[in-house]
Amino acid sequence: MPTIWFMIVALMVSIYVLLDGFDIGAGAVHLLLAKNDVERRTILRAIGPVWDGNEVWLIAAGGTLYFAFPLLYASSFSGFYLPLIMVLWLLMLRGIGIEFRSHLEHGLWTSAFDVIFSLASVLLAIFFGAALGNVVRGVALNSEGYFFEPLWTNFRVGTNNGILDWYTVTIGVVALVTLVVHGSLYLATKTEGDLNARSRRIASVLWPVQVLLTGLSLIATIYVRPGVLNNFLRWPIGYLIPLVVVASLLYLFVALRRKNDKGAFLASCGYILGMLVGAAFALYPMVLPASTEPNFSLTIYNTATGPHGMQVGFVWWGIAMVLAVGYFVFVYRMFRGKVRVEDGTGGHGY
Amino acid sequence: MGWAATAPSPGPMNRRLRVSFHRDIGMDSALLIHRLQFAFTVTYHYLFPQLTMGLAPLIVILKTLAIKKNDETYNQAARFWARIFGINFAIGVVTGIPLEFQFGTNWSHFSRFAGGVIGQTLAMEGMFAFFLESTFLGLFLYGEKRLSRGMHWFAAFMVFVGSWASGYFIVATDAWMQNPVGYQKSVDGSVQLASFWALVLNPWAAVQYAHNMSGAVITGSFVMAAVGAFYLLSNLHIEQARIFVRIGVMAGLVASVLQLFPTGDWAGRMVAERQPVTLAAMEALFDTQHGAPLVVIGQPNMATQTIDNPIMVPKMLSFLTYRRWNARVHGLNEVAQADWPQNIPLLYYAYHIMVGLGTMFIAVMALATFLLWRGKLYQSRWMLWILMLMFPFPYVANTAGWVTAEIGRQPWLVYGLMRTEEGFSKMVSAGNGWFTFLGFAGMYTILSFLFLFLIHREIERGPSHGVPLVHPGPATLTSAEVR
Repeated sequence: MPTIWFMIVALMVSIYVLLDGFDIGAGAVHLLLAKNDVERRTILRAIGPVWDGNEVWLIAAGGTLYFAFPLLYASSFSGFYLPLIMVLWLLMLRGIGIEFRSHLEHGLWTSAFDVIFSLASVLLAIFFGAALGNVVRGVALNSEGYFFEPLWTNFRVGTNNGILDWYTVTIGVVALVTLVVHGSLYLATKTEGDLNARSRRIASVLWPVQVLLTGLSLIATIYVRPGVLNNFLRWPIGYLIPLVVVASLLYLFVALRRKNDKGAFLASCGYILGMLVGAAFALYPMVLPASTEPNFSLTIYNTATGPHGMQVGFVWWGIAMVLAVGYFVFVYRMFRGKVRVEDGTGGHGY
Repeated sequence: MGWAATAPSPGPMNRRLRVSFHRDIGMDSALLIHRLQFAFTVTYHYLFPQLTMGLAPLIVILKTLAIKKNDETYNQAARFWARIFGINFAIGVVTGIPLEFQFGTNWSHFSRFAGGVIGQTLAMEGMFAFFLESTFLGLFLYGEKRLSRGMHWFAAFMVFVGSWASGYFIVATDAWMQNPVGYQKSVDGSVQLASFWALVLNPWAAVQYAHNMSGAVITGSFVMAAVGAFYLLSNLHIEQARIFVRIGVMAGLVASVLQLFPTGDWAGRMVAERQPVTLAAMEALFDTQHGAPLVVIGQPNMATQTIDNPIMVPKMLSFLTYRRWNARVHGLNEVAQADWPQNIPLLYYAYHIMVGLGTMFIAVMALATFLLWRGKLYQSRWMLWILMLMFPFPYVANTAGWVTAEIGRQPWLVYGLMRTEEGFSKMVSAGNGWFTFLGFAGMYTILSFLFLFLIHREIERGPSHGVPLVHPGPATLTSAEVR
């Protein structure tokens, strides 16, 4: 049962990254990509109707994690205290940036919110990547299962870890590039003309960087945590995961050449899923490795909630998930198609 | 930490206690800052949901009337309130996420202890209520042109269902902390779920939910009536303004009455039954009494353990609590001071402010309803002035009610099971806590300015402006400009 809940939480986090990932990525390239107010507005409209629904997945994933693995939630959230609170501030700033930008048609007002929105998106991408890096690298857990990490110490990977060290910053950069590509490809599917071409160009330029960083992060991860390959040796089916990553990257290249935006976006989804599932697969059954003593590590077994809770949760989670997927399909169908600034006649807009 | 009642005689014992009190909850203590940050963020957050939960059913009423009477005025009114709802909802969401996070970041020992139980209700809120609410709000705000009339009504109705469901899961979570049920202790000292239905159908949750939701409707209807009164007094948007005042006043009267009876009465008697110490502290009843009086006004004096300048109704507390004039009501003297809520004066005032304002709401709305019935309300400028100026008070009353519930639960975090000082994150220092608390204070100050600015703009634009929203937007850009 804890294994099933591990998969469920991993699934929900992955959905969150796939969905909110594209609007964070779109935010990160916002200033770079859009040359004037109309283009900026087009970008905001492409993500406007969906971004807060996407963010609900973060809350739902967080709630599910809290319920299924209370000790993991307690330990990791208090240990990563500062970066998590900063993530909250960034999420707020981003939301403000999107929603309040177009309430006043004044150049200074809109520029200020554009910069807030874009900067917060860049930082969020790096923070989320660094967070994943921290989980893979491990933290200084004590015998009670708690730890506290300062933002940085000496940037070295060791027992005296900070949130930011060379490894986690590397993963942060991987995340930023990945989400920028993901966001650009999403925008390519939602826009036309110049904006569409420019979005695709950003993804094309970054493709070799992405390939390089993927290889680099793999080498760095094996260096930092040699045990990551154990699960692959134990269950060889796991080799499918790197295969998916490589295939996605190759298809991404092909799709970009053929100007197949939808295909390219799907390839990016495949790549992100492969990377996240790969990390989860490599960690299992650990959820937060200890850099102090291996047996202080948090696993799905020593952090899971009681058996009755898990069984009951399984019933309502299933029902709720079917409903949620239904809503999402419905909304994305309603707001499908390319975004143009000229349709629409009034009221609130981006 | 018996600081309150150890008081006057200065002996070596008392001095030691006072010193230890200062050391334990000084301004630099981690416990204090964790409590302060949660209290601040949750109090600020709840300013927004109380309005959205209160407006949601009123918007459904407006949409229903629009269809029934086939009158576009009601649709314009609904659109106006939908815009106000949307702004409040957005701020409610961004200030709500930190609350869920803080269970882990600031209250990790509590989460480890109780996550096996309350994780259920919190996760269910995310999975059931938030997905529902965000989806249908999007459809309701931006889909009016694409949806049929019936479907748009349905979207409004589902926003109502979603926001009220969300309220239930949160109240059920708090109710478990007030009155823990359906759990069992496990070997590692934490509590785990034993009965799902006992948790979800906690009697405390039912009573608290009824009381809380009618409180939200009070906020919604007072705000609606206030905006209507403002327009009438300014001679603007007369048609919609009359609708706002009429619906606000009628819903306001119903909700205000329900707030006192039966929901407030239920809540009071439940506290008397399950948290007698809390009731004694709310009423500042220091000694157990037969035929206990109800203190209407007066200042609790913790040193002498009496009420200064009291105005009391004799035997009323006994009657209200037990329906017998001479019933025995438990006083604070029956339990050790370590088990008293630490801040009895604040608790006492919060409770009395809530009850006092609640009584005033009934009086105001009854008077306004009377004038409405006589057909004189829209011309009674003095009454419209009162309605316009009343809107902040439901916010005060709702906040005071929650302060009563949460300060009243002290010194427990989970009543009878875990004390507040055991629950915070022991690994997060006071310095880090102050850093984030000040950050939240700054962030919420910015949010407040933006919020007031946007609400001001909506009220200035008014309801007649109401074209259906479409999500791609404004008319100011033409296709020529785009290309």
